[in-house]
Amino acid sequence: MSEEEQKKSVAFGETTDLENGEKVETNEGNTAEGHSVAGTNISADEMTSRIENGDADADASTFDPSAIKKKKKPKKEKESENGEEAPKENGDGGEGFDPKLLKKKRSKKTKTEDGELGAEGDGEFDPTKLIKKPKRTTKKKPTGEDDEFQKRLEELGLEDKKDEPAAPQTQEEFEAELAQGGGVWAQENATPFKYSQLLKRFYINLYEDHPELSGDGRLKNYKIPPPQVAREGNKKSIFANLPEIAKKMKRNPEHIIQFIFAELGTNGSVDGAGRLVIKGRFQQKQLESVLRRYIVEYLTCGTCKSPNTTLMKENRLFFVNCNICGSRKSVSAIKTGFQAALGKRKKMQA
Amino acid sequence: MSLDNLKSFDPFAETDGGDDKKDYIHIRIQQRNGRKTLTTVQGLPKEIDPKRVLKFAKKEFATNGSVVEDPELGEVIQLQGDQRQKISDLMITSMGIKKSNIKIHGF
Repeated sequence: MSEEEQKKSVAFGETTDLENGEKVETNEGNTAEGHSVAGTNISADEMTSRIENGDADADASTFDPSAIKKKKKPKKEKESENGEEAPKENGDGGEGFDPKLLKKKRSKKTKTEDGELGAEGDGEFDPTKLIKKPKRTTKKKPTGEDDEFQKRLEELGLEDKKDEPAAPQTQEEFEAELAQGGGVWAQENATPFKYSQLLKRFYINLYEDHPELSGDGRLKNYKIPPPQVAREGNKKSIFANLPEIAKKMKRNPEHIIQFIFAELGTNGSVDGAGRLVIKGRFQQKQLESVLRRYIVEYLTCGTCKSPNTTLMKENRLFFVNCNICGSRKSVSAIKTGFQAALGKRKKMQA
Repeated sequence: MSLDNLKSFDPFAETDGGDDKKDYIHIRIQQRNGRKTLTTVQGLPKEIDPKRVLKFAKKEFATNGSVVEDPELGEVIQLQGDQRQKISDLMITSMGIKKSNIKIHGF
């Protein structure tokens, strides 16, 4: 129950985000901030995980064979623990997971390699969010990474406080001081600058003068028009502006359609006006999340995250070539996977 | 003060799509009639007995389901309703499957 709710909330979050995306089309400045906040949530998570764990192990997206090896050993140790835990969970060991079996599973499971999905994480990873990252240095809203940074600065500040109580605590204060030339920055103030202060000043100035340099390579937000979804009859949905979106993404509509069908586990057709008719009831937000996943998988460059890429097919393999940084990565072909038999059994037999 | 800004992003690191020989576990959802849905779990490692997983999942999620034999994809677990998040949580927590090996499909 709670999980369902969770999911709902997630879905809602996404829609609001995308709605922001819609608005962005019309009035830019307003929503950019909203996006930056959403985007930086992710970055904050990344940052914290990196900071907490320190080593490469922390970053799930980087493939590190040594990390796997490391993990193998602790698992074996864990087995004994699990052996005790598992029966507790199940009540009766006979029906639930047999601890012995669990052991087997565990030890062997480590064979499966570390994931490339890491970046995508739990499916809530969001290209638009990601691309919107660069705005994180927005002044007014101390955003995720800034928070992290700021916390540390504050920690430092606390340490500093012992000898220098005038150290500005918050970014706002700091900026105000910086802007007005007060505090440490005053002409007559003889206290030496702290490295952290100077660094912060550098970033603030950089952001103000060259906002595009302060992000990590992602130049601007990537926007696509929101999918227009309508219901046709009771059991079909119409995705009206697919050609438009495909054109904007510079992708073959067929490829997108294939992806949509594979993801939604359904099928459909294209009508005379180029609209996509999908079997089943789907809402706009659902298609949004699918499109988002498409963007992550087949549009964004793996290195510079730019969406300006071309999809090429070379001896049965698909490659994404980046037009910005020239990198090239192979992407998996779209697979439908297992399709459960639905509908009436009688029909199937006939 | 540690120098965090130096290890922020390594452009020469292997990109995520480095190796394609990943055995993903695909969790999918299919729409049935009305509000009903069906969750399928495909690509479980050989070491895992799908029947056991199913039995546990059925009890845990209070749902029904079945194991279907597919000629190409081996045994596939089917569960009634949208159990994608629950089953992936279960696999991560009690079966030791990495989150990065699970792919959740659908809307």
